[in-house]
Amino acid sequence: MIVETGHFALVLALALALVQSVLPLWGSVRRDPTLMGTAVPVSLGQLALVAYAFACLAEAHVAADFSLRNVVENTHSTQPLVYKIAGVWGNHEGSMLLWVLILALFGGLVALFGPGIPIVLRAATLGVQGWIASAFLLFILLTSDPFARVVDPPMEGQDLNPILQDIGLAIHPPLLYLGYVGFSIVFSFAAAALITGRVDAGWARFVRPWALLAWTFLTLGIAMGSYWAYYTLGWGGFWFWDPVENASLMPWLAGTALLHCTSVMEKREALKVWTIFLAIVTFSLSLLGTFLVRSGVLTSVHSFASDPTRGTFILLILAVFIGGSFALYAWRAPMLRAGGLFAPVSREGALVWNNLFLSAACATVLVGTLYPLALEALTGQKISVGAPFFNLTFGPLLVPLLLVVPVGPSLAWKRGDLLGAAQRLTAAAGIGLLVAVVLLAVTRGGPVLAPLGAGLAVYIVLGAATDVALRLRPRPMPVRAVLERARGLPRSAYGTALAHAGLGVTLLGLAATGWGVERIAAVTPGQPVELGPYDLVVTGLQPRIGPNYAETVAETEVRRGGRVVARIAPAKRVFAARRQTVAEAGIVTLGLGQVYVSLGDQHADGTIDARMFWKPLVSLIWCGALVMALGGLLSLSDRRLRIGLAVRGSRPAGSPPPARPPVLPSPAE
Amino acid sequence: MSARAAAARAAGLALLAALAVTPARSVEPDEILSDPALEARARSISEELRCLVCQNQSIDDSAAPLARDLRLIVREHLKSGDSDDAIRAYLVRRYGDFVLLKPPLAPATLLLWATPGLALLLGGATLLARRRPPGASRPLTPDEQARVDALLAGPRG
Repeated sequence: MIVETGHFALVLALALALVQSVLPLWGSVRRDPTLMGTAVPVSLGQLALVAYAFACLAEAHVAADFSLRNVVENTHSTQPLVYKIAGVWGNHEGSMLLWVLILALFGGLVALFGPGIPIVLRAATLGVQGWIASAFLLFILLTSDPFARVVDPPMEGQDLNPILQDIGLAIHPPLLYLGYVGFSIVFSFAAAALITGRVDAGWARFVRPWALLAWTFLTLGIAMGSYWAYYTLGWGGFWFWDPVENASLMPWLAGTALLHCTSVMEKREALKVWTIFLAIVTFSLSLLGTFLVRSGVLTSVHSFASDPTRGTFILLILAVFIGGSFALYAWRAPMLRAGGLFAPVSREGALVWNNLFLSAACATVLVGTLYPLALEALTGQKISVGAPFFNLTFGPLLVPLLLVVPVGPSLAWKRGDLLGAAQRLTAAAGIGLLVAVVLLAVTRGGPVLAPLGAGLAVYIVLGAATDVALRLRPRPMPVRAVLERARGLPRSAYGTALAHAGLGVTLLGLAATGWGVERIAAVTPGQPVELGPYDLVVTGLQPRIGPNYAETVAETEVRRGGRVVARIAPAKRVFAARRQTVAEAGIVTLGLGQVYVSLGDQHADGTIDARMFWKPLVSLIWCGALVMALGGLLSLSDRRLRIGLAVRGSRPAGSPPPARPPVLPSPAE
Repeated sequence: MSARAAAARAAGLALLAALAVTPARSVEPDEILSDPALEARARSISEELRCLVCQNQSIDDSAAPLARDLRLIVREHLKSGDSDDAIRAYLVRRYGDFVLLKPPLAPATLLLWATPGLALLLGGATLLARRRPPGASRPLTPDEQARVDALLAGPRG
């Protein structure tokens, strides 16, 4: 019964989404406050209904209601609770429901926290959000119903795919979707701006917090996914240039470009047309990713294998939204007045540089991902575009971008002083260069790219530190004055520096992969295996029984100079329900590096195959992403951008006046 | 990697489980050549060859039996003294360009390889075409200049 009410709620949500996609938009065109006023309650109602439907599905999973097809296919009664819950989105139907839930959540958040946004813009934005929600709710109800019953309920479920039975499934998809789908609201803001015809610095200020929020979650989601793949898949890789990964990387690249561009638009009202364009592109790439993953074009390279109706349906959604928004853009964008002027060497110029290279990198990933599909469809010729292609093209595109990362913030708006910026960054660049040269000399004969990458990383981190240091102490002054300035410096300045430093930290981790050590061997228990600075000893192979699997665990000591520094327990698990074997890697973080052991076959002579890695500094790859996300959050907490107080705060001198006086009184004032 | 990637990979693994009773690992100890230089070459060749039955994995990463067969073929050829290019050419003859994770530069892949450069060029050209030098704004008319002077000279409020 509960399940049926969930299904019904979903239908009602569709009805509300349809209302939401018509009335507020119509109102914003006619400037009718009553019609526009429907946007908020309807968005909140839609959110409540979708959330209820989601809760119903979750309840069915937790209660292991095997009369539901979705539950039968993805749950087992012995499965731990956390995987029963995570299993809700560990399948197509459930994850689409999560998708729509997050879509509704962002609509609801704008409705709740957006009283500072001009009513016309807010109504139009929620209207466009309603369009997206209608399309996807319709998609779920017509092709991917999570509430379908089975005629003859079985006694036991088929278990969740063992590879998904991991804490990663509980964390990664929600984070990723918050990012991915979060950009929908930015898209809606852009479409709304085109419809209402008003794009100014105020618009950028309303949009920026949402873009920051989505970007922060997407960063975390991608990093979490990468770490999950790293520890689960057992060969120590963390990024595979898989089309599905590319599908999440593309919105991140476009979103990063968008974030930088909104800051130009907010401060200087320049790059308006381009910002709108990027906002549309970013969410279009999210939609494209959804299509690529959901349609089955990727799982089977040949056709829309999994379910042709789903593929065509999403393709239709894709065509309508991308086609429609670009048509709107082509029609309305030329009417936007060009904004502020700037010299090539200026903060704006550096941000344009950032956008140029990020866009080129994004285009490369896009073309590389779609090229094999297109070529096969057009000529029948089959080619592969994999990691070697992307490493060769994407990497070099990022270098000019990375070199400019510390320069941008140290240039003034409008007209910058390149010589001055160079002087300010001399120390950072010098130390970076020194690090590269010393590392090259020390590791002579080793990899060349690793020291260069490490040097670049050090330069970026120090550059970010220099930026903050010079803002706090532009000239010799007493400590108290510096502290005063530290309190006065906007949080977004700290956020920028932190995010840039995080990028450097990630780069350092990536560069250090060049110094990794790998051993593949049949290991005899009791005999040490040398691995970089460590020796590994498998002390014993133990069988163990888990809740829904049986495993063989290799108790392993990690020794350094004869002393045991850590114990790890890589394992091989056999899941009974699906008769599937999964290797559980044994990982320990030592310093910033990791020892990683993954087990293979056991032999009759008592040896066991193992793939062992020593990965120096590898944890920095994900730590850097965390730092980037922290920078995003810090920037978000800047009072200038705080959601709902979008207009308030000190304006930089010379910037245009806010589009509207603030509506919400600030409790702080 | 997203959950869907994991799901997609899992689908691949499920296929594997059906093909092989005991799922093999990627590079196994018994495959490794005794000559470290040859082995290093084998690894770097393997990293650029696609496991044909997998999603998007190199034969170096893949646990599929076919990948193991291909790794063994690569090593056999290396032992008999073939060059890296000869081995790649041999595999392309057998499986087509599909086996190369880095597609060769050919008329059909020209656009693919040109993308990074084209994107930069197009972007750069657009920027140059749209550029309005900041000094190029119209000078003030005498009338406007007079108003500016009056404003500047006027009392400050």
